[in-house]
Amino acid sequence: MMKRYVVIGNGVAAAGCIEGIRAVDGKGSITVISEESHPVYCRPLISYYLEGKTELGKIGYRENGFYEKNGVKVIYGKKAVKIDADAHTVLTDEGKTIKYDSMCVATGSSPFLPKFEGIESVPKRFSFMTLDDALALDEAVTRESKVLIVGAGLIGLKCAEGLNGRVASITVCDLADRILSSIFDVETAAVMQKHIEKNGISFMLSDTVERFDGGRAYMKSGAIVDFDILVTAVGVRANTSLVSEAGGTVGRGISVEDDMKTSLPDIYAAGDCTEGMDISLGKKRVLALLPNAYMQGKCAGENMAGGSARYSNAIPMNSIGFFGLHAMTAGSYFPDDQECAVYKYGGDGYIKKFFVKNGVLCGYILIGDVDKAGIYTSLIRERTPVDSVDLKLLMEHPTFSAFSQSTRRKNFGGVI
Amino acid sequence: MKRVYVNEEWCLGCHLCEYNCAFANSGESDMVKALKGKKIHPRISVDGNDRINFAVSCRHCEDPICVKSCIAGALHVENGTVKIDKSKCVGCLTCILVCPYGALSVSENGTAQKCELCLENSCGAPACVKGCPNKAIVYEER
Repeated sequence: MMKRYVVIGNGVAAAGCIEGIRAVDGKGSITVISEESHPVYCRPLISYYLEGKTELGKIGYRENGFYEKNGVKVIYGKKAVKIDADAHTVLTDEGKTIKYDSMCVATGSSPFLPKFEGIESVPKRFSFMTLDDALALDEAVTRESKVLIVGAGLIGLKCAEGLNGRVASITVCDLADRILSSIFDVETAAVMQKHIEKNGISFMLSDTVERFDGGRAYMKSGAIVDFDILVTAVGVRANTSLVSEAGGTVGRGISVEDDMKTSLPDIYAAGDCTEGMDISLGKKRVLALLPNAYMQGKCAGENMAGGSARYSNAIPMNSIGFFGLHAMTAGSYFPDDQECAVYKYGGDGYIKKFFVKNGVLCGYILIGDVDKAGIYTSLIRERTPVDSVDLKLLMEHPTFSAFSQSTRRKNFGGVI
Repeated sequence: MKRVYVNEEWCLGCHLCEYNCAFANSGESDMVKALKGKKIHPRISVDGNDRINFAVSCRHCEDPICVKSCIAGALHVENGTVKIDKSKCVGCLTCILVCPYGALSVSENGTAQKCELCLENSCGAPACVKGCPNKAIVYEER
């Protein structure tokens, strides 16, 4: 019998899921419920779009005809509102009930907005999560715009970079004492902050908006910021409610095992809406990263179609550049843990930090020198014992001469 | 499929492969015009120390993590070859973040670049291998 697959969501995890299903099952029907009215696109490129580094015609994640080629029916502009796990059905907001044999929840995340007093008095306020957000912002800004961005995380700062040069001023505030606090420590954050400030962006850190009044923000510190465009990028929350309301296990994200199964029968989940095992931390956590979304989606899809895929070495990893200065980070850092050794290298225009715990590299932060960083990332993902390599040589310079000859033979002399 | 494989015992560390790569991908027909006085951006690089050398280029993995990680949908597999669409690449370098072999690098215009086995240029087969004086890299089925 032909299997009926349903995917809720139409982002990169959904694309991975479709490709995973089709790698195993060429026949079953696939229905995608897409809240956004666009074919799958590269979400992280929305800032590059603002910056003019890509265009709408190139922002698609897959080639035109991707859905047709894979025999996928996409329901655009509709939202899944309820899962009935016993009946194996999902209800959409137009009142349609769709039956599934196997389903993947890939609902992503939504901007989280704390209660700011007076925020409804701000005429021009935006989130920065979707292509439609970017298009609206693109339309709203002018050369005279004074932009206030609340949140100095990855989303807020990429938005700042995308708008820089197109507006009169950009101010970014954050309650945290440093920028990009999810990926940098104090020292490395300061290096990047200085570089971003040099490019004309102002920061107000350890500070937050107490009250908005139209185009004026009254800060906790007493400062007053006048603006005409407000972007809120305080954080995101995984979209878990469909699964939790259906009785599934949910923490900060939908809890998944390394085969991407949720606690509900025949329901899988993938992408930013999930929390899975981070092997560098040894705990489940939300890993809202595009590579993770794809790999989880692919794994889920293969298993939905009867395969036996596992995605068992997920870690946080980020490659991000601002105004030409690149940074890469991966794994977890435990700076206050006595058992975690920290190694630091620095010089003109670069800083590198490595964190070693329990005999393996558990994390790193690189700014300004990111060549071949994947060699480090791989050490974390594979949990390579550091005593099997010349760690000191590697930290100075990522090279395969720090590995055994047999490793080199395998990597450069065989099919991998 | 045929790939580029390394015989590290034979590598002299002469870096000729890097020059041949840069020339093959320059679009120029004259090597001097293509390379003289310019910083080259080869897609193969000689790694090693004073005892051992080896030339690293894309392994064309069967399940490439760079393709799965690309945030711009710019990397894909075509008949086993991992290819990059430079017009889609935004230079985020996530591929460099994830490649376990250190096989991708940054091109002259800031996008990522990688070995495409010279199938995209006029050589038709890897210029690095063709020009290697000691058969330290070979292009064959394994």
